Formats: sequence, structure tokens, C-alpha cells
Amino acid sequence: MSGKTVILLENVKKIYQLGETRVFALKGINLTIREGEMVAVMGSSGSGKSTLLNIMGCLDRPTAGIYYLDGENVSQLAKSRLARIRNKRIGFVFQGFNLLGRTTVLANVQLPLIYAGAGKKEMAERAKEALAWVGLSDYLEHYPSQMSGGQQQRVAIARALVNNPSLILADEPTGSLDSKTSIEIMAVIQRLYLEKGITVIIVTHEREISQYCRRLIKLKDGRITEDTPVMNPRNAAEDLAAMPDEGEGQI
Amino acid sequence: MNFINNFEVALNGIKANKLRSSLTMLGIIIGVAAVIIMISVGQGASKRISDQISSMGSNLLMVSPGAGQGPVRGASGNVNTLTLEDAEAIAGLSMVAGAVPELNTGATIVYENQTWTSQINGTTPGMQVIKDWPVSSGSYFGDDDVQSASLVAVLGQTVVDNLFPPGTDPVGATIRINKLAFTVVGVLSPKGAAMMGQDQDDAVYVPITTVQKRMLGVNNVRTINVQTETQDSMAYVQTSIEELLRERHRITGSKTDDFSVLSLTSVLEAAETATGTMTILLASIAAISLLVGGIGIMNIMLVSVTERTKEIGLRMAVGATESNILNQFLVESVVLCLVGGFTGIITGAAVAWAISKFAGWPTYITLYSILLSAGFSAAIGIFFGYYPAKKAASLDPIEALRFEK
Ligand SMILES: Nc1ncnc2c1ncn2[C@@H]1O[C@H](COP(=O)(O)OP(=O)(O)OP(=O)(O)O)[C@@H](O)[C@H]1O
Ligand SMILES: [Mg+2]
Repeated sequence: MSGKTVILLENVKKIYQLGETRVFALKGINLTIREGEMVAVMGSSGSGKSTLLNIMGCLDRPTAGIYYLDGENVSQLAKSRLARIRNKRIGFVFQGFNLLGRTTVLANVQLPLIYAGAGKKEMAERAKEALAWVGLSDYLEHYPSQMSGGQQQRVAIARALVNNPSLILADEPTGSLDSKTSIEIMAVIQRLYLEKGITVIIVTHEREISQYCRRLIKLKDGRITEDTPVMNPRNAAEDLAAMPDEGEGQI
Repeated sequence: MNFINNFEVALNGIKANKLRSSLTMLGIIIGVAAVIIMISVGQGASKRISDQISSMGSNLLMVSPGAGQGPVRGASGNVNTLTLEDAEAIAGLSMVAGAVPELNTGATIVYENQTWTSQINGTTPGMQVIKDWPVSSGSYFGDDDVQSASLVAVLGQTVVDNLFPPGTDPVGATIRINKLAFTVVGVLSPKGAAMMGQDQDDAVYVPITTVQKRMLGVNNVRTINVQTETQDSMAYVQTSIEELLRERHRITGSKTDDFSVLSLTSVLEAAETATGTMTILLASIAAISLLVGGIGIMNIMLVSVTERTKEIGLRMAVGATESNILNQFLVESVVLCLVGGFTGIITGAAVAWAISKFAGWPTYITLYSILLSAGFSAAIGIFFGYYPAKKAASLDPIEALRFEK
């Protein structure tokens, strides 16, 4: 792992104004994440995990504090600049997959490339490459509704990596999947950082999922309460191989 | 993001919901078709009038007996005041190119065992010059025929069609009108329907003296058509005719004229202006339906934006800017309107064609009505698409992603 800093948060705060009351979603976050890290973010519901991830993903801007992405202060950039950054440098994976239902798998994966202004041929090639990488070469013309949850999430991962981002953010990527499928998805996510060297940050509720990461950050009431390396990091591919081929995979 | 990508995204949005897209378009289709139909009906009416003006010949004045306002009113008054001599005197005035008297009567025409009832117009050879109406076969009768009240006739095409077997040349044939045997000397080239649909070809022209002496036994003429040499001299000639006839008819001081002089062209021009106004009125009513179609587009686009909130959020997350989203929805509504507009133009043209074909109304599709509706539908697409598109573009990506239907 090189030492280059991807994310640097300095006293980042997020305050939501709800009528009279103010909600302090983040109360001063200081955090450094280096290139090629695989980080799990945990914490109880409402602790600010999604808020933090959205700020790191340039979907939202902090109320106070400074966010440096790849050394650039992006905390108060214009919306259109943030959109460019999301397009070029960041990939998102969501709990609900968020695929376009009336669109083929191939077209779904091409989506970020449309906004990158790529040509038709290039878009198709790169989308196919990404789909091959997640093992879905045979599903190019399928529609999301014709696929299992795990397959849909792999399409979403292909979409996240198709524009070669340096950072992939996943908000509970296994939240809608059964445990065996979750490990399959974790295996793909682990390959992102093992094979492609992409920095990955995962928000999760499940301790088991966090064990496939290398670093664990715990949030409570908008503050980081714990920031430790994962004790016994697991390898999802190995765990899968050790599992029986049939039956409901259980850990 | 380049333009072609943007356009494709919008097209896919339309294709993804074909039923809804076509229903949305229906409003525009009906609106545009209505505009096209209404304008073509109005234009058809005014084209018919302007055709009539040009078919009448230019610079025409019409002298009628009686003090009435027009040719029809005059007929009910004292109808015996104008004579052939009046016509000759008018012809002698300066700036007058010709003065052609007319006296007509209805009669039944018989050829062999065929009969046809038509209008018998007694006139002079000057008629064909004034009306700019050549013969298609034979020739017109001459001044000597008028002198001698000859039994010669020039037939309109409709009369020929109804009396003679197809393909025969009536020139030289003998027809009977009110038991008098007339020799056909010529056939007029077809002129088509005049204003109000009367068929100008359904007429027979004979020397005016023949009608006066042999058919009606009168000395007067029904009207005198006067052609002036220039457009500018019409007012001058009108005054000269009035002075001349007052003198000839011995009307002095404040006595009312027993004739009237009327510029037919100006009457028809007034009618043309009136149909123009009617066209605008019809088109505005149709435009309202186009407006309603536009509001339909806005409504559907708003529903579409709400329904696709999550999609919009996702597009923003993967890098769509506000203007990308704005353009996507704007292009979508403009494409809907343009496709609808185009279909509407075709539908409207087809209906207009059917109206003139089956109902016999004249319709006339102008390029300007097509350009107008095309431009109007594009404008509606932009105008009514803008608000929903703006609404889509200003969504917050996080909120949008969290949106559940
Ligand atoms: N748009 C908003 N307006 C007001 N308050 C908000 C908004 N978004 C989040 N919050 C509040 O901010 C706090 C943190 O929310 P956040 O969604 O980050 O929690 P989380 O850790 O992701 O929880 P979960 O595990 O349930 O997803 C919560 O108290 C939440 O109610
Ligand atoms: Mg959350």
C-alpha cells in the first residue's frame, strides 16, 4: 500500500436544519484514508454513516470543515464540479442496487460513460470489459428483473468501476442479500482493491462483512469512536471455496 | 456528455414507456391537426375568392339597374332602365377598355333526346375579353351576330358534358333553346367553380340581341360590365359613368339614380378580408386545443419526473450534472411534441384532403400553416417541458436516491 492520501477530512460537520430543530448528523470528523485501503464503517442506525459516505462521495457538502479529495479541497465546489468528480473518480454501490429497470444490463453499466462523453463503441467495449470482470459476460442483454439480487449487485459493481474510479463507496452493499450471496459480493469487492488497487469504503451493519475489510471505523452520534485495523481479516474467495456447493450458505 | 448521448438518453426515455408517450403525443397530434385543418379550410375559402377575382378579370365595374346596393338588390327594383345604347355610350368614355352588356334567362336546352336546364347569357363578343375566357373549340360569335340577333350559341363545358356524348365536338351541332334552333359555334374552356360553389361552366352564351328580341321581347339589359384601362382609373371611370347615365336618363338635382355602379373586385376583396379574419378565428380556436395538448405534456412530464426520481438520483450519482438532467427531460418533451406535431401535420393534411374530396369544401394547405404548427409544437415542447425538466434537474441526489415509489 502506497502512502498517498485519497481522503482527508478536517473537522467535518454536517448539520441538518429541520424547521426549528437542528440535527447534528456529523459533529467534527477527522479522518485520513490512503490509496488502496479497504475500510468498513460501522455504527448504530442514525450514527451518521450514510451522511459521512455521501460527503466523501461528493453527493453532499459539509456544513463546516474541509474535505480534501486527492489533495484538492472539494468541500464547497459548485454542484456541476462535484458531478464531474463523481463521474471521473468515484463509484457508488447501493443497498438497493439502483439499476434502471427498463434498461439492459449493458446499458446500465454504460451509464457513467454517457456522462463522461464517451463514444458509442468505446462505451460498449468498456462496459463489456467491466461486466466480464464481475463474471456476467453472458447477461449483457438481460434486464435487471431477470436476475438474482447477487447478480444485480454485480452489475452495480461493474457500473461503479466502468469509468476507472480511484474510490468506490458502498452503502450497505450486502444489506439486501442472503449471507452466502453477501460473501460472493464481498469477494468481488475485495478483488477491486486487491486486483485494481481501488480504495474501497463500505458502510455495513454486519460484523462478518467488516471482517473482509482491513480497517474498521466506528461511528456513534456523529463522532468516530473507534478506528482500528481489522483483527483477523478474512478472504471472501477462500471462504466461498470452503463452503458446500449446495444448500443455504451459512457462516 | 455530448449531444448525441443526450439525445439518445431522451429517446430511450420515450421508448421505455411507449403507451404513455403516445397518449401524451395524442394531445399534440389533435391540436396540430386541428390547426392545419382549420387554416386549410379558411385558406381554401379565401383562395376560392381570389380565384374568382382573377377569373372575373381585372379592373371591373358593374353597372346595374335600380338604385340598389348590389347586383342582387338591384334586380328587385326598377329593372328596365339600362339599354344597349347605354353600354355603347359607356364604351365611348375615356379610360374604358370595354363595356359589355349582359341579359340572362334560364332555359331548357335540348339536343337530340337530351335536355339540360341552364343559364342563357345574352352578351357581346367583348365578354370573352373582359372575362379573359378563351374557347377550347370553335370560336366566339361576332359583332355581326349581335347586329342580326343570330341564333348562335357558345356553350360552357358543363352544358356540353350534359348534352353531348363524351368525345363529340358540339361545334356545328344544332340545339334547341325554348323551341328556337341555335347553331353551336364554340365551346368555352372549363373555368371551374366560382365563389359559393356555383359552376361557371354551366352556362350558354348567345348574342344579347337574340335574348332581347327573340326570347324575352324586351329592350333593356340586365347589367353592363365595364373594364377600365388601369386599376387607378376605376374611381374616375365610376364617376364618369354615373355622370353619363344621369344625363342619358335625365336624372337631375337630388333625384335618385335609377342605376348603380359597383366595383365587384372591391366587394370580393372585402369578402376575402372577411374569410381571412375567419381563418384567424378558426386557427385560434384550434390553437387552444394545441395549448391544452401542451398542458397535457407538462402534466405527463411532471408525473414522469416524479416516477423517475430514483433514476434521476442515480444519474446524478454517476455524474450527470443539472444541465444534463434538464436537457434530458427537455429533449424528451420537445421530441414528443415534434413527433406529435409531425404526425398531426400528416393527419391534418389527410383530413383536409378528405374534406375537400368528400364534402366538396375547398381546402388549401399552405406551407406557412405547416411551419406554424411545427414551430408552435416545438415551442410548446420547450415551454411546457421546461418546468418539469427544471424540477428534475434541481432534485437533490441524496433525496432522490432515497425516494421510494
Ligand atoms: N436530509 C436530512 N434531513 C434531516 N436529517 C437528516 C437527513 N439525513 C439524515 N438526517 C439525520 O442525520 C442523522 C444521521 O443519518 P444517517 O442517514 O447518516 O444515519 P446512518 O448511520 O446511515 O443510519 P442507518 O444505519 O439507519 O442508515 C440521523 O439522525 C438522521 O435523522
Ligand atoms: Mg444509512
